[in-house]
Amino acid sequence: MRWIWIDRFVKFEPRKSARALKNLSLAEDYFEQHLPGYPIMPACFILEGLAQTGGILVGEANDFKEKVVLAKITSARFEREAVAGEVLIYDTEMVTLRPEGASIAGKVYAFPAGSDIPGELSAPPMAEAEIFFAHLDQSRSQQIFGDHNFVFSGELKHLLGLAKVTAQRTDSAKQ
Amino acid sequence: MPSQTEIFQKVSATLVDALNVEPDEITPASTLQGDLKAESIDFLDIVFRLEREFGIKIPRNELFPESIFQGDPEFVQNGKVTQKGLDELRQKMPFADLSKFEKNPEVSAISDLFTVDMITKYIAGKLNGAPAR
Repeated sequence: MRWIWIDRFVKFEPRKSARALKNLSLAEDYFEQHLPGYPIMPACFILEGLAQTGGILVGEANDFKEKVVLAKITSARFEREAVAGEVLIYDTEMVTLRPEGASIAGKVYAFPAGSDIPGELSAPPMAEAEIFFAHLDQSRSQQIFGDHNFVFSGELKHLLGLAKVTAQRTDSAKQ
Repeated sequence: MPSQTEIFQKVSATLVDALNVEPDEITPASTLQGDLKAESIDFLDIVFRLEREFGIKIPRNELFPESIFQGDPEFVQNGKVTQKGLDELRQKMPFADLSKFEKNPEVSAISDLFTVDMITKYIAGKLNGAPAR
């Protein structure tokens, strides 16, 4: 199973905010078990998607040189379930960015697949969470892991590359 | 300049958010690790929140110094902090109340110095413009 819980970025403002989208398809494995006959996305996967969106925002702020790890989810609130056939929007904002780590405030919005998703999200979010990331100690992680950044090894960074392409396309379409 | 009580209330609210504890669990004497069950990563979160709440900068290792003695035999002998070690603590953490600790300065009890009152005093010092150490 690929551990990527976002499909693409729709907005990315370095060091400020990031917004990503996730389509929930009934073909995804976990829906078979969660729950039989009632396909809802496990809340922990929703948090993972939000953390990946925010984690890339935090990683990009230091050009992916830091090893950004999820240190704690300070709070998480779910107002309702997310069901197969919906599109989730993960909206994250940088709250604190420091050499030792960072924290983000995240909101999750759900829309029926195929509906127009507004640029300004005014509907109440289906979930909210505050996520705290730590930068692994540079010298210590160098000893253990070497230069390789196992957090931003490829797939996650690749997603951001796709986001940049999308942004360029959007810009050229406007011109 | 907010009063000590106002600072305590804000510190208390910060800890409620960071540690998910109930407001009535927090007293000035509460220890962060023992009473409020803070884990190591929570200390960084608390520092971030205090900075935002009070609009101050808290340099690394100032409020919550890490590994103060680093196994130095001049500071620690037979599991107890020496007089020199106590002096070092006083210098590094002038905002901490050592009166109880110095009667039986077991190294393992150092974490009990990290109390809500200690944070309140540290913040008061910062807001006063007094050098923290």
